[in-house]
This record gives sequence, C-alpha cells and structure tokens, in this order.
Amino acid sequence: MSKPESSQLALRYAIIAIVVGGLALLFYAVASGLGQRIVTAQEFVDYQEAGNPHLGFRRAHAKGFCIAGEFISSNHVGPYTTASVFNERSTPFVGRISTGGSNPTAPDLASSVRSLALSFNPGTRDAWNTAMNTPPVMPVRTPDAFFAQANAFAPDPETGERNPERIAEFLAAHPETQAAREWQASYTPTGSFATETYHSINAFFLVDDEGSKRAIRWSARPSSHTVPDSVIELDDDPNALRNELVARLENRPVMFDLIFTFANEDDDETDPTVFWGDDRTQRLAGVISIHSATTEAEGNCDGINFDPLILPRGMAATDDKILRARSAAYAESYRRRARENLFQAREGGSQ
Amino acid sequence: MSTRSYHVAARVLHWSMALLILSMLFAGLAMVQSLEPWHLTLLQLHKSFGVVALVAVLARVIIRARFTPPPLPNSVPPLQKKVAKLSHILLYAAMFAMPISGWLMQNAAGRPVVVFDMFALPSLLPQNLALYGFLREFHGWVAWAFIALILVHIGAALHHGLIKRDGVLQQMLGNKPKD
Ligand code: HEM
Ligand code: HEM
Ligand code: HEM
Repeated sequence: MSKPESSQLALRYAIIAIVVGGLALLFYAVASGLGQRIVTAQEFVDYQEAGNPHLGFRRAHAKGFCIAGEFISSNHVGPYTTASVFNERSTPFVGRISTGGSNPTAPDLASSVRSLALSFNPGTRDAWNTAMNTPPVMPVRTPDAFFAQANAFAPDPETGERNPERIAEFLAAHPETQAAREWQASYTPTGSFATETYHSINAFFLVDDEGSKRAIRWSARPSSHTVPDSVIELDDDPNALRNELVARLENRPVMFDLIFTFANEDDDETDPTVFWGDDRTQRLAGVISIHSATTEAEGNCDGINFDPLILPRGMAATDDKILRARSAAYAESYRRRARENLFQAREGGSQ
Repeated sequence: MSTRSYHVAARVLHWSMALLILSMLFAGLAMVQSLEPWHLTLLQLHKSFGVVALVAVLARVIIRARFTPPPLPNSVPPLQKKVAKLSHILLYAAMFAMPISGWLMQNAAGRPVVVFDMFALPSLLPQNLALYGFLREFHGWVAWAFIALILVHIGAALHHGLIKRDGVLQQMLGNKPKD
C-alpha cells in the first residue's frame, strides 16, 4: 500500500474536514432557521408568551376548562363525507371551552374571544379535532400578516399604550381586515358560553366515498332549547362564565347545532377573511351535546392538542395559509407545556 | 487489507438508509419551525418514511445476523476495533430509537400514525401530556446525538478511505480494493 505524498495528504485531510464540517454546519443552520422565509412557529409562540410564559399552560387560549359529551349526527351530511362522526349515530367527545389570551387566570369576562374545542376518536384514523372561535372570519390571510397585525396592535414597550399610527398604517395596508372589523363592531358578548356561536373560520373539505371534495365551513350555534340569558348572575368571580355553564349543566345538557355552510361557486376556500353568508347551502350536521364540565386539573383535556389539522378520513385540509400555519404553532405550544408538565414546573392555574 | 465486502443487501440497505435518515433529520428540523402550507405534507411524509426506516432497520439487523460482516483489517488496533463496534451499536440504537419514539410520541398525543394514507399503526399508549413531553424531548435529544454519531462515523469512514486507504470504505462501497 503506497502512502500518499504529504501535500496530497493535506488535501485529503482538507476534504474530510470540509465534508464533515460542512454537514455539521448545514445541520446547525437548518436547525436555526436556514430556509425559513416567513415567521417561524417558535417566533410566533414566543410572541404569544410575551416574555412572560405561564409554565405548563397553553400559550394561547390559556384560560379554560374541560368538557365532555357526545355528538349526535343528523344523517344529513353522510352523503358528502365518509367521516365516521357524521355517519355513526353518536360519538363521544372530550372538549375544552376557553377564552383568548395567554393568561391562565384572566377573568372570563375580560376576553373578547370565546372558544369551543372538540376532540373525537383520539389515536385512530377517525381522529378529528376542531378549535372554534366566536368571530366568523380572520382579519388576515397569512401567518406573516397575522404576526404583523399582532405587532401593530401590541402596546408600545415605552409608553405601555397602543400606537394609533402603527395601527392605522397596518389597517391601510390590509384592507382584507374589513369583514373582521365590521363583525367586531357589531358583536356584543353574551352572558353565557352556551349562547355564543363558534366558528371554524377556516374552510375544510368534505370528501365523499368517490373522493369528490366540497369546501365547507362549520359553526356551532346554540340549539333552540337554549335559555337565552345567564342562568345565574354573573359576579366578579374570574370564573363567572364557567360557573354559569356549570349551573346550566345541573339541569340539562348544553346543546349546539353543528351547521355546515357549503362554499358557493365563487367562494375562495383558501381565504378566511371573507364572510360566508346564510345565502349559501347549509346543512345541520348534528348536535353537540355537552354533559359535563370539569376544571383542567380534574378533567382530561389538558393532554389534547386541538390542532385543527387532525382530520379524519372523509375530511381534508384546504390550502388556506392560516389553517396550514396553525399545526406547527400548536405543536410548539404543546411541546413547551408538555415539557413543563414533565418537569413538574406547572404554575397554579384557576381552580 | 481485507478482501471481502459487506453482503450486497447490507450495502444497499446501508446507503439507502443513510440517504433516508439524513433526509429525515433535515426534514424534521425544518418542519417543526415552519408555518408554511407544506408543513402538513412534510409531516405526513416524515411519519410515513419514518415507519419505512423502522421496517428497514429491522430487515438490516436480520441481514447482519445472517451474513457475518467482514472483519476490520489487522492494521486497526484492538481498542479502535472496539470503539468502531460500539459506534455501530449506537448507530443501530439510534436507528431504532428515532422511529419508535416518533410513533409512541404520536400515541401519547392521541394522533394517528397513518402510513402513506394507506393504514394506521396501532396506538400503544394512552393520551398523556407528561408522557408526550418525555417522548417529544427524547425524539429531539436522540436526533442530535444521532447527528453527532453520524458526523463522527462519516469522518472515520473517510479517514479509512482517504488517509489510511485500508479497504474499510471499499467494504461498504463494494468495489474490489485495488493494490
Ligand atoms: C395563524 C393563526 C393561528 C395561530 C398561530 C394560532 C396559535 C395557537 C396556539 C399556539 C394555541 C395553543 C395550542 C395548545 O397549546 O394546545 C392555540 C389555541 C387555540 N386556537 Fe389558535 N391560532 C391561530 C388561529 C386560530 C383560528 C383561526 C382559530 C379559530 C377558528 C383558533 C382557535 C384556537 C382555539 C379555540 C384554541 C384553544 C384550544 C384549546 O382549548 O386548547 N386559532 N392557537
Ligand atoms: C429515522 C427516523 C426518524 C428521524 C431521523 C426523525 C427525525 C426528527 C427530527 C430531527 C425532528 C425535529 C426534532 C426537534 O426539532 O426537536 C423530528 C420531529 C418529529 N418527528 Fe421524527 N424522525 C424519525 C421518525 C419519526 C416517526 C416514525 C414519527 C411518527 C410516526 C415521527 C414523528 C415526528 C413528529 C410528529 C415530529 C414533530 C414534532 C413537533 O411538531 O413538535 N418521526 N423528527
Ligand atoms: C445516516 C447515515 C449513516 C448511518 C446510520 C450509518 C450506519 C452504519 C452502520 C450501523 C454500520 C455498521 C455496518 C452495518 O451493520 O451496516 C456502518 C458501516 C459503515 N458505514 Fe455507515 N452509516 C451512515 C452513513 C455513512 C456514510 C455517509 C459513509 C461514508 C462516507 C459511511 C461509511 C461506512 C463504512 C465505510 C462502513 C463500514 C465500516 C466497517 O466495515 O466497520 N456510512 N454504517
């Protein structure tokens, strides 16, 4: 075996160093964001934490409680989707009712967004998770614009107040915020979680047994039997709305009609900023019947990531950029709070 | 200098899995950050190909048990042989740990593991937040240990091939070592 010349040897060492060093550098660069052209999941969740993470809790919709019940299918939408939830008579669910924001002890009445999230058939191919909010539309179409909006509306770190110029600038650059703003102006929060309407906001596809897809949005509307006013007086207890729901459940289940709204020919299913009015075809998919409510500590919704892209056979994601962005952000928030729970670092939440 | 090479099945598996695993590592690191529309597609591919990697490593152990690998040349000192052997054991451990932790992590999250939209793997664990926390972090830690091992492994293989030129790289490439 012939030993190479020393200059050749140096070259060969250089080749090894370049290959191994180059690969190491590439791993490091990709892990630190090389090739990420838009705001990342970590940046988004950092923003939601606002430098003050509530350890062990969701980084968005942190304040909430667990619910359980069943979905009773109407048999009206079975022809459009093979999803078992809409073809079987009834499917149990675990869910969560929450308010917007990152503070797990915030007063229920302080938040402008209320939410209903449901999880069916975990761990199976028929698993379906949905997280719905009170607004029917998003103000923007992309995660970048959402991030820009959040920053524009954030209080100035020096004055502690919102900067109207920055807000005006943002709104001028984003006319698509119109429908969301009009809705916001017209909306008055009700006196109960049971009397709100919750929206999927993003559109999804139903897939039938021939593989044909139809774009829909859904909303959970209070069923006609719902008592319209608060059943107890709302006091200044931070859990006033939860107490109200618990009081309702003492008498009977809290029910919502799950309504599917089918896209029109002209509707763009990838655009969550446009309102889909009632002139479209609507079908009652079934009834969401909530039987019980428990705190997060006692319930079993804490381990659930209500990622809206956990979809069963018979449903599929649209190319809506906001919808597609949600999965990775939810996973990052889920990872952080799971790690904190593992290391027992959870803060005390609302009891 | 050794004259035998690895069995052709072992070589084919070694190189195709090297490609697969490097792609899986880069895909994993990129997708957990991305809010882009392709995130969902890449995640589904990551899970499906991760299951392929699990099947492949199972086949690889069987082939390895069936066909004795060629010995390292006598020019390699005994301690170094032991280190080489240990590093291969660790590489195998990582090749199992990554897909298995990925699968179990999805179980603990209550998410199905659907392979190429065809079938779902059974769920072996209940949905549990702390369990998810452990498995999710484990998947991340082992990934970085695996990356370090692979870099050392490639460095060693190139050292044999370019500096020592003792035929060890050829054993895996399969060309006849030339004298
Ligand atoms: C780019 C857009 C969005 C981002 C980045 C985002 C981010 C997040 C994050 C990080 C969480 C915490 C998840 C967890 O730890 O389990 C969360 C929860 C939630 N999000 Fe979003 N979200 C977005 C859009 C939406 C939209 C459009 C809706 C409504 C339809 C929505 C409804 C909810 C609800 C209801 C929860 C709470 C679920 C629960 O009870 O755990 N989000 N979001
Ligand atoms: C050879 C096999 C595999 C390799 C090398 C691999 C590698 C990786 C890497 C490097 C990451 C990013 C980790 C981090 O940033 O901490 C990741 C994430 C992930 N892997 Fe794997 N993986 C493998 C198999 C699997 C399998 C079989 C599954 C599931 C069936 C899986 C599911 C996941 C999921 C869901 C994530 C993202 C978790 C999140 O969003 O937080 N992986 N993987
Ligand atoms: C993800 C990447 C890789 C993994 C997981 C891996 C894993 C392994 C394992 C477990 C062995 C032991 C033999 C066996 O049972 O198959 C081996 C041998 C070998 N690998 Fe790799 N390998 C990787 C990449 C590479 C690369 C890129 C090279 C070349 C630059 C390389 C060169 C070799 C050589 C020369 C051997 C034979 C060593 C001997 O005979 O003792 N490997 N590899």
